[in-house]
Amino acid sequence: MDKLDKTAVAHLILRALQEFNSHLPADQHVPISSDTVLFGHKGNLDSLGLVNLILLVEEQVAEEFSVLITLADERALSLKKSPFHNVTSLSEYVYLLLMEQQR
Amino acid sequence: MFITGTRKGIGRYLVEYYTKKGFMVIGCSRRTTEYTLENYEHYCIDVTDEKSIVKLFAEIRDKYRHLDIMINNAGIGSMNHVLLTPVSIADKILKVNVLATFLCSREAAKLMRHAKHGRIINFASVATPLKIEGEAVYAASKAAVINLTQLLAYELAPYGITVNALGPTPVRTDLVASVPQEKTESLISRQAIKRWAEFSDITNIIDFFIRPESEFITGQVLYLGGVS
Repeated sequence: MDKLDKTAVAHLILRALQEFNSHLPADQHVPISSDTVLFGHKGNLDSLGLVNLILLVEEQVAEEFSVLITLADERALSLKKSPFHNVTSLSEYVYLLLMEQQR
Repeated sequence: MFITGTRKGIGRYLVEYYTKKGFMVIGCSRRTTEYTLENYEHYCIDVTDEKSIVKLFAEIRDKYRHLDIMINNAGIGSMNHVLLTPVSIADKILKVNVLATFLCSREAAKLMRHAKHGRIINFASVATPLKIEGEAVYAASKAAVINLTQLLAYELAPYGITVNALGPTPVRTDLVASVPQEKTESLISRQAIKRWAEFSDITNIIDFFIRPESEFITGQVLYLGGVS
């Protein structure tokens, strides 16, 4: 696995968001920012949008880090604070999964 | 095209048929095949193991970049009165027939969605509508496949993927060989068209589902022999 740091993962999430936006008309684009609320209260994504973003992130992780992760696993779905709430929480969760794979 | 359960029976026939038609076919089974064919690649995996399935689809993505057709053919059955059915058998049947169909459909759809096009074909069985005694768990598993097919059709439609199922009547394979002859004859007598299915009857349905003109056909179950 390439050298893992939180910044690299954060940038990966933002790139996935950019790709997500590329499939949408301009007026439906999701803001590309670490503060962006993704899903839930005041979220920018509907349920299908979240599915698509999760898949994009998983694919980008596979391409960049040569690691297969499953974001929507039992743990993620049962956490009190959803990792899918905003870009930062998603980035932190992806970093956690990658660190676990490294051990 | 990816087909599960290709070592023998219907799966093997599908491999031979579709490679002859010019498809690049990927297949799998728990053991190796006794045959090799041009445009056929075989994997030895357990279709109920999520890690193996995810890894296999990652390899397909890396090598081929896309997948057009997924045929969930792998299936097992066991003829037992429900009072004598061990839970281990019931567990295996549900895992291979339902869980593997779900896993492969999920991973196939992840690949297919990029092209906004795909065809998933699942295997149902006349055991479900005919309520064949001795096949309680098998028939229930295939009923689950039908419902899964119908719901996947809705969830995957936005990605341009159609999901359909075919329900074969008895075909001369190892799966049916263990069923007593009088049982299969009784079953065939309940069909509108009373004969054994041929492998070509199955590819007839699959060909229909995968044609470009069938892009508006989804969530359907087509049984052979007039069963409904």
